Amino acid sequence: MPFEVFRDVAKPILAGFGITAKRLVQQVTEGKGVTVQYPEERREQFGRTRWRHVLTRYDSGLEKCIGCSLCAGACPAKCIYVEAAENTDEDRKSPGERYAARYEINMLRCIFCGYCQEACPTGAIVLRKDFELANYEREDFVYTKEMLLEPVRSL
Amino acid sequence: MPKRIETVVFHDSSTPVLGDVQKAGSVVVTNFDTLLNQARANALWPLTFGLACCAIEMMASVASRFDLARFGSEAFRATPRQADVMIIAGRLSKKMAPVLRQIYDQMPEPKWVISMGACASSGGVYNNYAIVQGADQVVPVDVYVPGCPPSPDALIYAVMKLQQKIKHNKFGKLIELKPRTLEEESA
Repeated sequence: MPFEVFRDVAKPILAGFGITAKRLVQQVTEGKGVTVQYPEERREQFGRTRWRHVLTRYDSGLEKCIGCSLCAGACPAKCIYVEAAENTDEDRKSPGERYAARYEINMLRCIFCGYCQEACPTGAIVLRKDFELANYEREDFVYTKEMLLEPVRSL
Repeated sequence: MPKRIETVVFHDSSTPVLGDVQKAGSVVVTNFDTLLNQARANALWPLTFGLACCAIEMMASVASRFDLARFGSEAFRATPRQADVMIIAGRLSKKMAPVLRQIYDQMPEPKWVISMGACASSGGVYNNYAIVQGADQVVPVDVYVPGCPPSPDALIYAVMKLQQKIKHNKFGKLIELKPRTLEEESA
């Protein structure tokens, strides 16, 4: 009986606390614990992590988005709204015939599946790794084109 | 000769700093709002309200890798009577909505609500007859967290946002002394 008690009760408990003690010693001696001290230090995001959308530009500064609405069609949550307009030679926004006059994503509907990125023929919309999206008001979550568009890179 | 004590005044960005390190004496000067808000913001006990897969991330945020306890929110309470903040983690079905509302009503004031994930915040992909299209149709939501599901650090960021909100609270705003009308009474 005492052997069974040791095997089934005491040994697993000791093994569990052994891990705790090991981590404690590691924390104290080496100064590296398991906890990521989040606001001060960030954990490394995985390579294919999908978070906040960005509308990218070509190196020339022209927008990649041509307003084709394929992203809106691929979106399973129906959270993307695209309104296209014709490019003119005087006011050229994208290299194609059309550009997105309005581009809105409802971040609360979005499930960050990345289908918009897959559907995009020009690679305009990409999902980057900025995960700090929480906010107070519902209205703040409709991201307009101005908020999504990458700033022009100064050469 | 009294010993020289360094006292640090708790302050947030909205109130003027009255003295970071006071050289003499042991008097801390602050205002009541700041003191109360500090106490409230740094001991947010969440209510266990995992509805779906977001609850897994909510549990992970309390575990040792992310450790929500660093913000004073480790004590998940199984009873609404002891909880301060309700984290709605997951899709809220229409059948669950009255339960959520009742549990919210059972929480003592002051109380806050974090709507975690796309489904709780807006319905997400479940735009159908069974799911409430946003938990704010049932309870007032303070912080929305997008994501499907939000990662534990995104939830921790939301808790930090909620703390910021609480710290900017004015005490008088929380108590409404307006008497209720007869219509509200009967409703």
